[in-house]
Amino acid sequence: MKTHVLFNLFATFLLADGLNIEDSAGQFFSSGHTNNWAVLVCTSRFWFNYRHVANTLSVYRSVKRLGIPDSHIVLMLADDMACNHRNPKPATVFSHKNMELNVYGDDVEVDYRGYEVTVENFLRVLTGRLPPSTPRSKRLLSDDRSNILIYLTGHGGNGFLKFQDSEEISNVELADAFEQMWQKRRYNELLFIIDTCQGASMYERFYSPNLMALASSQVGEDSLSHQPDLAIGVHLMDRYTFYLLEFLEDIHPASKANMNDLFKVCPKSQCVSTPGHRTDLFLRDPGSVLITDFFGSVRKVEITTEAIDLTDPIKEVEERPANGDVHKEMHSYVDQLPVSEIIHQNGKLCATSTNKMSLCCFHGDVSECEMQLPRGLGVEGPP
Amino acid sequence: MHVASWFQKCIEILIFYDFQEELVVRPLHSGDIYASFQFRTLWETDFMRGNKVSHYRLFPKSLGQVISKFSVRELHISFTQGYWRTMQWGQPYLPSPPGAELWVWFQDSVTDVDATWKELTNVLSGIFCASLNFIDSTNTVQPSASFKPLGIGNVTDHRFLRYATLPREIVCTENLTPWKKLLPCGSKAGLAVLLKSEKLFHSSFHSQAVHIRPVCQDWQCKTTSWELRQTLNVVFDLHNSGQGKREWSLFKMFSRTLTEACPLASSSKIYIDITDNPEGEQFELSPATSLLSQAMVLGDRRTFSVYDLTQQDTFGSVRSLNLLIRWKSTEGDMLRPLLHAERYVAGYGLQTGEIHTLMYNHHPYRSFPVLLLDSVPWYLRLYIHTLTVTSKGKDNKPSYIHYQPSKDRVRPHLLEMLVQLPPNSVTEVTVQFERALLKWTEYTPDPNHGFYVGSSVISSLVPSTVAMDTNSTRERPLFSSFFPCKEESSYFVRVYTEPLLVNLPTPDFSMPYNVICLTCTVVAVGYGSLYNLLTRSFQIEEPSPGLAKRIANVIRKMRGVPPL
Repeated sequence: MKTHVLFNLFATFLLADGLNIEDSAGQFFSSGHTNNWAVLVCTSRFWFNYRHVANTLSVYRSVKRLGIPDSHIVLMLADDMACNHRNPKPATVFSHKNMELNVYGDDVEVDYRGYEVTVENFLRVLTGRLPPSTPRSKRLLSDDRSNILIYLTGHGGNGFLKFQDSEEISNVELADAFEQMWQKRRYNELLFIIDTCQGASMYERFYSPNLMALASSQVGEDSLSHQPDLAIGVHLMDRYTFYLLEFLEDIHPASKANMNDLFKVCPKSQCVSTPGHRTDLFLRDPGSVLITDFFGSVRKVEITTEAIDLTDPIKEVEERPANGDVHKEMHSYVDQLPVSEIIHQNGKLCATSTNKMSLCCFHGDVSECEMQLPRGLGVEGPP
Repeated sequence: MHVASWFQKCIEILIFYDFQEELVVRPLHSGDIYASFQFRTLWETDFMRGNKVSHYRLFPKSLGQVISKFSVRELHISFTQGYWRTMQWGQPYLPSPPGAELWVWFQDSVTDVDATWKELTNVLSGIFCASLNFIDSTNTVQPSASFKPLGIGNVTDHRFLRYATLPREIVCTENLTPWKKLLPCGSKAGLAVLLKSEKLFHSSFHSQAVHIRPVCQDWQCKTTSWELRQTLNVVFDLHNSGQGKREWSLFKMFSRTLTEACPLASSSKIYIDITDNPEGEQFELSPATSLLSQAMVLGDRRTFSVYDLTQQDTFGSVRSLNLLIRWKSTEGDMLRPLLHAERYVAGYGLQTGEIHTLMYNHHPYRSFPVLLLDSVPWYLRLYIHTLTVTSKGKDNKPSYIHYQPSKDRVRPHLLEMLVQLPPNSVTEVTVQFERALLKWTEYTPDPNHGFYVGSSVISSLVPSTVAMDTNSTRERPLFSSFFPCKEESSYFVRVYTEPLLVNLPTPDFSMPYNVICLTCTVVAVGYGSLYNLLTRSFQIEEPSPGLAKRIANVIRKMRGVPPL
């Protein structure tokens, strides 16, 4: 009995100590992620959909400001508004009338633009099934410790989102794509924000763990745009993203604001539609999730005062070309328009080309030609 | 000992690397102003050897890796917004077509040029944030006589040349940002601080390009170095950017002034073209400078005022340089460019049409040859038997024609012709075409905008009024040393025509939905009715009796008597 009690005491003491270490380690890595990615998609084409591009660029700007680098952002814009010929101020995209804030900026890198923004490319980026020659900036190279922010905006309906006026993605496809991502462990936690009409229908079908979703309107409601600008002539932003941008402008990398504040952005009085959210698939409590877990790229830093010795500097081996090279022939520039050579090229071209369909000799031996020449440009001989 | 070895290393580095930057400003007669930036990095290295180059200083690593991985001998890529108006602005120092243009010479060690070309376009689309991955076999051609290498080399087997244009490609800040990041000083010091996108894209013409080629290092040309030229041409409009006043300054054009040269540059200069202003009667230039320079460019001897940014006194007491050009008189006309071209589509309807290309030779008594390159997409089926070339109303037989017909969905048409342009004349090339009907999925999301046909390229040796400089390694400003010059009496020029916008017969994309609805309705109504008629069985039903009869039946039932 006594040994039992002693043993229990001993065990609890060990456990408490262990918990202490785990606790402090847990506090250090409370979110469980080590890197952040963002996939920001605008799916609308044409000048009157200026506001969708402005939406996406506002989120891009906030995300960059809070620390996610361009190499970790996949930005997809279906049309070009900044350098559109109808834009009275080229190379700018404004989010507020009176042209206060240029969300396009001076340092923007768009990865997918124009016709490249298709449902297929979007799903390929998410699942990682891209052709081997795709450059790095167009890939989502996330791992199982990545927190990903996915933002979609455009025109949508009950259960679908329209891409470029020619195709659509359904909520089932999106949910399946996220499940594929989960099975390949391509994310640690994922925040999905959508700003379209009837946006809540897009997250109804999710079934993978660790997903949190926000939408600008419920099923049956339309998301409305904020305000037009008379100089530019179109609506500049959607209401939900406008108030989201206002909220994010107050966030800085050390901010402790959590997801519950984000759910309160744009109540019905300001947005006219009712924003919705879904947190049942998310394992952590939304109140403990920081905004910067998804929108920023905050690294925990531990300061140390120890000194570290660097080894000797690496000797640079400067290769001196042509030092021992014996052959030094005279190089020369090529003649840009060698007229006589071109005229006599016909003979060579006829004989060596393997593609028989491709010839049309004029000045050389016409019998080798496969094509019939027009009468006026025919075979009479030199002009 | 230590100092000597460090000094020697310095000298070695000086031989290996060189970076120069320059800006040429040319006031145009229409009141617009043309500014051309050139940044050149020279590097004596060998990308093609076995050991991979790993120590990059001034040469950007992303491009160095591209050159060595894809065995590139020459690479020329340009992004242009707007069309160069030759008749109003003269000839540009570096021509470029609207949209994106990419042409590459590969080394002769490459075995599969097409596969390498496809990978190269994908990698470049990532570097420059452009949709260059849309370059595939349907818009790539292999010219047989145009686009000879601009760098040194002996091999000119055109199997290793590929050329493609994307006339629809948009140029915006997202293309300028990675372009600026390739510069050694970035956009932080030197002439590149002037490159602000809000001003650059609010212009009539904007073109940025990257040219990589091997060049001679000395006059003997025994050693070669790799040259990377980044060029940016912009034409600011008098009414858009100039607010109608014929007065230009660096601050008005770029919203910035210069405070220092790039510390890594061996030379950093600004040239202002004052050839039309020898006595200062046309425009006034301030701050005044005593440096003058003459250069033979575009067949003419031009005089330039030079500002050397590596000298501290250029910036004066205010430590900043803001050039001011104030026009005093608007007289004087421009020297008409000798070669000029236009192109348009004639015809009506959505079935057939005709492409007309006009080439103007404004020289009073000399004729010269031009090489015309036309690359037409496969969905405009050209009828080459209708090809006519006429000058001054008479037939003008080209001395060389190369035609490669298109193959549906595989490759475009390629037409190259060497035509002699008679003096003071217009040469017209016409060819008829028919528009093809594309498959439903091949249309773009906005098919009613139309489909683009890339610009024609006209390469020519134009007679020059002054003797051109054929010594390629003398110290010359960058803008005059781009095209190599082999003979003194003529200079090489390349002119691009407008791209064409052609409407293809566009289907009604809601038709599949309409057809499904209609067919289902017809089937449901027609078949359903027929099925019912065939399988329904009829039973005779007694009509229900009237009210009086029903009451009588109830009474009779109560009495136990059979009903009526």
